[in-house]
Amino acid sequence: MTFHHDATRVPSRRRALQMAGVAALAAVLAPRLSRATEAQVADEMKALFGGKTMGEGKIKLDLPEIAENGLVVPINIDVESPMSETDFVRSVHVFADGNPLPQVVTYHFTPESGKASASTRMRLAQTQNVIAVAEMSSGALYSAKAQVKVTIGGCGG
Amino acid sequence: MAIKSTPRVRVPAQAKSGEIVEIKTLISHEMESGQRKDASGKSVPRDIINTFQASFNGKPFFTAEWFPSISANPFQSFFYKAKESGAFTFSWKDDQGGEQTATAKLTVA
Repeated sequence: MTFHHDATRVPSRRRALQMAGVAALAAVLAPRLSRATEAQVADEMKALFGGKTMGEGKIKLDLPEIAENGLVVPINIDVESPMSETDFVRSVHVFADGNPLPQVVTYHFTPESGKASASTRMRLAQTQNVIAVAEMSSGALYSAKAQVKVTIGGCGG
Repeated sequence: MAIKSTPRVRVPAQAKSGEIVEIKTLISHEMESGQRKDASGKSVPRDIINTFQASFNGKPFFTAEWFPSISANPFQSFFYKAKESGAFTFSWKDDQGGEQTATAKLTVA
């Protein structure tokens, strides 16, 4: 009887301590992170693209819905395009609107790429939106957005 | 600082003409974001690999500009449309002017 009692109690206490530890860590880290805002991302995009209108679609943004570790969040981008000499994806810009520095990566593709697709891993400081903007050879812009919930942030405070 | 680690690259050895092959690369690097502070409260200076480029027979076909939001030990996968036999060259450049390169052969049947 006592054995059973202890067996059920030990993991729950450990769990409670873990939770308290995570909460304390979050409380220490949170105020020290300077955050980019959506406005900052909008400014950056305006500087890059000059406020041109962006279409929807064409981009498949593959991200986890929930990232347990914000230090390594996989991201896969796939832009629909024939990738011919006259019609191809020139570049793809990725932004994270809750990171101290919102720019994540810029890809430059060529028709030799065969397809406008790339994967990498990124850091996310907190739960936030990831935005991808594709620039076509015609100059047309397309954007896609996805939210990632981050359990433990990844910018080192 | 020169990039000391040896990059790892995975490319198929053979491809058919017109086939789109996937290339995967991985390199060890701290990717110090410049956002962290050390124990004494001083900012740790930024040191990241900021440019990755892939070329085939000397002609660049894919470039990635990495920012501090890219994870340590950056991984990158991308594609290439095989036309002729030749060699890939991959290069990584960091903030300190260090550069590392790797090559891989591709035979088109």
